[in-house]
Amino acid sequence: MTSTADHAPPAPGQTTGAEGIWLYGIVADVPADALAGVAGVGGHQPWTIPVAGLAAVVGHVPLAEYGQEPLRRNLEDLDWLERTARAHHAVIDVLHRAGPVLPAALATLYFDATGIVRLLTERRGDLTAALDRVTGHAEWGVKGYTTHHPAAASPAVEPDSGTPAAGPGAAYLARRRAQLTTRAQARHAVEEDAAAIHAGLAGLSADARRHPAQDRRLTGTDAEMVLNGAYLVAADREEEFGELMVALERRHPTVRLERTGPWPPYSFVGDTPALRGTTPSSPAAESAP
Amino acid sequence: MSAAPVPGPAAEPALYQPIALVDLLDRVLAAGVVVTGDITISIADIDLIRISLRALLSSVGTLEGGGQ
Repeated sequence: MTSTADHAPPAPGQTTGAEGIWLYGIVADVPADALAGVAGVGGHQPWTIPVAGLAAVVGHVPLAEYGQEPLRRNLEDLDWLERTARAHHAVIDVLHRAGPVLPAALATLYFDATGIVRLLTERRGDLTAALDRVTGHAEWGVKGYTTHHPAAASPAVEPDSGTPAAGPGAAYLARRRAQLTTRAQARHAVEEDAAAIHAGLAGLSADARRHPAQDRRLTGTDAEMVLNGAYLVAADREEEFGELMVALERRHPTVRLERTGPWPPYSFVGDTPALRGTTPSSPAAESAP
Repeated sequence: MSAAPVPGPAAEPALYQPIALVDLLDRVLAAGVVVTGDITISIADIDLIRISLRALLSSVGTLEGGGQ
């Protein structure tokens, strides 16, 4: 039963047992015709379920394709996954451009509207607080790649002829420099630079987190990714953020930076600690204060 | 290393470039508002997706967004 929903789905007919409701996100209000002409997941026009000052943006989808078992199969089909992820994002992006939105994770489905009405009713407080936190902000992605090419690594540093009469301090530094030419040390230095860049960017952001570094085969670049950061940046600090990126890149030439965005605040609307541990290769650094 | 660092990508965000699928998946799979749907992708499923993506891509080539 969908009696609580003010906006009927555009498709004629009632929800049948063969359809589920796909959740795109939660907003405070949907401006009129913001969603007009937006094809949702599977080409099913999005609609809204408003409850007490919040609204869930949803779409009907056939369970034959999006039910638990077919979903699992389809998620392994790269074309299906890409189509679905892009359609999901397209709706959320439209909402984000119109106002604050809490994006839902891909493939969050309900069997009927009652579960969504319950969600909006019972969690009104924390959903509203989360919307307040992202209001006036966008997420920016900053990816850092090492500029160090292991194959081209320079051989061990010769004794420094420029400082022949130097004392033990200089000798230590020379040794230290030689050590740094080893691959492991260089790697460590790059990771420290990436952490410093992340801390710098986080300092200008309302919130920040590091996603797992992307696999080289997925990025299509030869360089290894050492930073896959997400930053929640206030609209009036975006320019400053870009300038800071340039400054940090100059200060840490071992890392080349790439920026993506603006994104809806995917990475900042929920606490998902369990997911942060899924990547063994990722440094554990978290947001700066 | 004679050339000065080129600030291109940082100074000019890729506002209108097609979104790379891999960047999108970072966000739509492992993030989002924490709600309990009747159906959701489990963490185990997400790991499986990542594994199958890597397996697929290592045989197919690279994955860049928008079919560029």
